Amino acid sequence: MKKWMQFLILMTSITSTSALLASGGIDGGGGNAMPPATNAKWKTECSGCHMLYHPGLLPERSWNKMMNGLDKHFGENATLDAATRDEIKRFLVANSAEKSTNRRSNRIDQSIPSDATPLRITETRYFTSKHDEVSPLTFKRKNIGSAANCIACHKNAEKGDFSESQIRIPR
Amino acid sequence: MCKNLMLLGLLFSVNVLAATPQELLKQYEAQAKQENPAFSGFSASNGASFFKAEHAHSSGQKVSCSTCHTTDPRNQGKTRANKVIEPMAIIANPQRFTDAAKVEKWFGRNCKDVLERACTAQEKGDYLQYLVTVK
Ligand code: HEC
Ligand code: HEC
Ligand code: HEC
Repeated sequence: MKKWMQFLILMTSITSTSALLASGGIDGGGGNAMPPATNAKWKTECSGCHMLYHPGLLPERSWNKMMNGLDKHFGENATLDAATRDEIKRFLVANSAEKSTNRRSNRIDQSIPSDATPLRITETRYFTSKHDEVSPLTFKRKNIGSAANCIACHKNAEKGDFSESQIRIPR
Repeated sequence: MCKNLMLLGLLFSVNVLAATPQELLKQYEAQAKQENPAFSGFSASNGASFFKAEHAHSSGQKVSCSTCHTTDPRNQGKTRANKVIEPMAIIANPQRFTDAAKVEKWFGRNCKDVLERACTAQEKGDYLQYLVTVK
């Protein structure tokens, strides 16, 4: 092969790789926050005991199952009147992981086997693979509590923003 | 006419939901009298012991209202999922007991969680009397 052709191939592969990296890379998500989604009832009723979990973090079947079992919600009673429950359920379903165009949401959805209906984001393969370098002891720290407390480390978690530049693990 | 009626209805329902701790105490008093003809008023000191009393839950754990709200209602508490709960004492948090629907919702949930049954009007009134009195 001629020297100049080799050079050309090298140059194109370098530029395409860097373009790929700049756009968020193969592993994707980049800094792309989940699209804003809001509903007043959801905001008041689902933030009393913990941070607000963005609807794009779980698929439709998970939200349906969760909303149909609020009397036994992770060992607590989170019941709502039927009208409020149904309104929140519709909102969660409309903005659920598989309905979203957001890449992170789609990856979460794809990481769940089709015969599984997890109620925890923290149980999805997407979550565990992203946090395999965070030790279980870190999650248990007093000012964190558990892996479910995303906002302790991702300050914009309630907006569905988990970009790496925003991560800070509290001491 | 029809519109006016609707407006009236709206105003009324908003009024019913917005409340003061004193109005709620009156409502609980009326209920308590129905539940118990020998009702003789609310007691802040009974409310204080109710707030701290530990119950052996069927899950094997010992739980009380203080598990989340701490033993001093002027303090911030914490949920099991590590979220801060603003103080329950009126003096530390004037927002408390100003929304009847919210109060009933949480009494409903928390009494079932802790006592595994609904709270009586007497218990609710004692508890509220305590929170109003704490200085
Ligand atoms: C009465 C308190 C309470 C209310 C109200 C409540 N939750 Fe929860 N929720 C909990 C507890 C406790 C957990 C378990 C937290 C833990 O393990 O750290 C939890 C966990 C979750 C999780 C799983 C987090 C994870 O990935 O591990 C989701 C999702 C969730 N809640 C959604 C909701 C939604 C949606 C609503 C509103 C309809 C709601 N919650 C209202 C108490 C509550
Ligand atoms: C103890 C702190 C901590 C908690 C709590 C936590 N995370 Fe993370 N998270 C991290 C760290 C650190 C990373 C980066 C890991 C790495 O790059 O190796 C990360 C990475 C991520 C990423 C990938 C970011 C990227 O662009 O690569 C996502 C998405 C994410 N977390 C979502 C969540 C969600 C959802 C929750 C709550 C259910 C949560 N995290 C709870 C610390 C935390
Ligand atoms: C598992 C944790 C937990 C336990 C145990 C608990 N609570 Fe609560 N309670 C909460 C949370 C969370 C809120 C909502 C906080 C907020 O809106 O700021 C709340 C709110 C309330 C409210 C609403 C007050 C208002 O006007 O805002 C009342 C009343 C209440 N609790 C009573 C009780 C009583 C009585 C007990 C014991 C039988 C109890 N709680 C035990 C977590 C708990």
